[in-house]
Amino acid sequence: MENRYNFKEVMSKEERLAPGHRMCAGCGGTVTVRAVLRALRPEDRAVVGNATGCLEVSSFMYPYTAYEDSYIHNAFENAGATLSGVETAYRVLKKKGKIDDTFKFITFGGDGGTYDIGFQSLSGAMERGHDMVYVCYDNGAYMNTGTQRSSATPQYADTTTTPAGKVSDGKVQVRKDLTAIMAQHHIPYAAQSTFTGNFKDLHTKAERAIYTPGAAFLNVLSPCPRGWGYEPSELMTICKLAVDTCYWPLYEVIDGKWMLNYVPKKKLPIEDFLRPQKRFKHLFKPGREELLSQFQAEVDKQWEALRRRCEL
Amino acid sequence: MAIRERLSGNEAVAYAIKQINPDVMPAFPITPSTEIPQYVANYIANGELDTEFIHVESEHSAMSATLGASAAGARALTATSSCGMALMWEELYVAASDRLPIVLALVNRALTGPININADHSDSMGARDSGWIQIYAESNQEVYDNFLQAFPIAEDPRVHLPVMICQDGFITSHGVENILLVEDDKVKDFVGEYHPEHFLLNSKEPIAVGPYAVSNYYMETKRGQREAMKNAREVILELAARFEEMTGRHYGFFEEYAMEDAEYVIVLIGSAAGTCKAAVDRIRRTTGKKVGLCKIRVFRPFPEEELAQALKDRRAVAILDRSEMFSATGGPLGAEVRAALYSAKAQAEVVNYLYGLGGRDITVEDFERVYGRLEEIAETHQIPDMYEYIGLRSK
Repeated sequence: MENRYNFKEVMSKEERLAPGHRMCAGCGGTVTVRAVLRALRPEDRAVVGNATGCLEVSSFMYPYTAYEDSYIHNAFENAGATLSGVETAYRVLKKKGKIDDTFKFITFGGDGGTYDIGFQSLSGAMERGHDMVYVCYDNGAYMNTGTQRSSATPQYADTTTTPAGKVSDGKVQVRKDLTAIMAQHHIPYAAQSTFTGNFKDLHTKAERAIYTPGAAFLNVLSPCPRGWGYEPSELMTICKLAVDTCYWPLYEVIDGKWMLNYVPKKKLPIEDFLRPQKRFKHLFKPGREELLSQFQAEVDKQWEALRRRCEL
Repeated sequence: MAIRERLSGNEAVAYAIKQINPDVMPAFPITPSTEIPQYVANYIANGELDTEFIHVESEHSAMSATLGASAAGARALTATSSCGMALMWEELYVAASDRLPIVLALVNRALTGPININADHSDSMGARDSGWIQIYAESNQEVYDNFLQAFPIAEDPRVHLPVMICQDGFITSHGVENILLVEDDKVKDFVGEYHPEHFLLNSKEPIAVGPYAVSNYYMETKRGQREAMKNAREVILELAARFEEMTGRHYGFFEEYAMEDAEYVIVLIGSAAGTCKAAVDRIRRTTGKKVGLCKIRVFRPFPEEELAQALKDRRAVAILDRSEMFSATGGPLGAEVRAALYSAKAQAEVVNYLYGLGGRDITVEDFERVYGRLEEIAETHQIPDMYEYIGLRSK
């Protein structure tokens, strides 16, 4: 698939998320959704699922829907289970000869709906092996309710429930490694991506996730300008820094085989990723150097562990 | 010819599911409804049913997946009890507001606190405001018959609401009784093929389900549900009439037992009606006193006018609730029946008792005492024991 990637061709495909939705300027989630849906073959239909979150309230505000395909939102914690039902209905109706088109099943959830409240429902759906893709647009906090901490929030991030203060440095814990957890469900495809450069990484992974039979999980770093505190125009730069600092490595796990898709020529210091974001502002005050080096140590540790898994 | 069998309530529901052959059944086990998915899984394992079973990891996911399947255009159902239903609470509301014709086989069991696996109606009564049609049964025959009517009611274009078919845990679900089963081909004709009007898997007409609808649309959604619930009244009666044509068995909103001349009446829901009927028979035989029973079958929509007509000219009425609602004034059935009688300007004296919580037995003698109390209340016009618990071991 990788070799066939043609930027112009891919970008000139018809959009399946129509303009007019109410997502913020500089929102990574919207870019993720468009990029993933672009990987659908034009002749295939899809049912798009969605956990409650920014994306849902902004893209399906009655009576307007931004989706060209069928779409279902149910609740916050059950996007996995809901799409399980849709996908099962598809199999049985096809078996009974009641429908004949090809449908693909893709559901989107933020990190709140995926790492936390929807974790059980996701785990169940992946374990059962439904032919569907669960896409987490990970913006690292509960952004829809106003930037509360999630288990995807990086350590030391200033959120509205882990505010940095006189005696607080922001979130205490390190983030949950959800992509690895999903890979351990022994699903045929799990991957971590974001959008950088010509979108090749995200596009090829979305395509593979959608067209691999069985359950697939895609974790896409999707920055949030309001929660992270960066200039909307800096969206792509932030993603690139996440990848080049090895904060968000691009990798995939195909049938249990771990593969790194990108090794930066020069691994940048984590400060480069943290500095442009207001949520880490307190780390750059004098006397907090230790926190920065701890953050760097954690990134290094996880990067090395990933390299070992990928046998590099 | 109908088929004579001996089945438990759970088997009867599973058998009805086999005859209906729905498309998708997600389920998670919980006592006392566990047998229903087990029987269905066995039918599937033996090639007797081509329903797809989803082995969900919780009841919340059971209802979520049922909802997804139904929205996709499949005939979908699930089964649960008690805490299982409590866990799907959120989804009950979503299913109703999405106007999905889902069927839930509910085996009533007390909600936990303390944990208890036996019958009472706290689970379904708690969900009485969720927008689901609720139909209750006294016997295995009734739960089977009700189940056969569930999908046609839910799928009627005038209704489009989910339906819960309730039976009492263990008493009905596990008690084996003689039952008359309808022949497969007749069931097939009665239930019919499902042709959804709008569904996710219709490539000619993509749809979006489950919108964000703020204050400018929410109220209209609720009114739509209310209208559907009102329409359900006539649809339930139409289906009951069709069912009677097929089987000879009569169903309505409620059953009136020895009510023609009854002066003292008990109103209740579910399996205790059998015991109450035994008390009615004994009292009439031994004393000739005019006692009767009104057994509610359809609690949602609530048959307010019909009930009031049936009860308003009696001397005294005892409404028996099998669940608490902690209003500290009575139970949910009591509140609604009393409101109905008030609207009808009824003269009957009314008392509300609670019984059978967490599976506490109620006996023929208990019912005889209640009828005795109704006589006293009618004489004295005094109700010192409003909201008493029947069969309490200690206070």
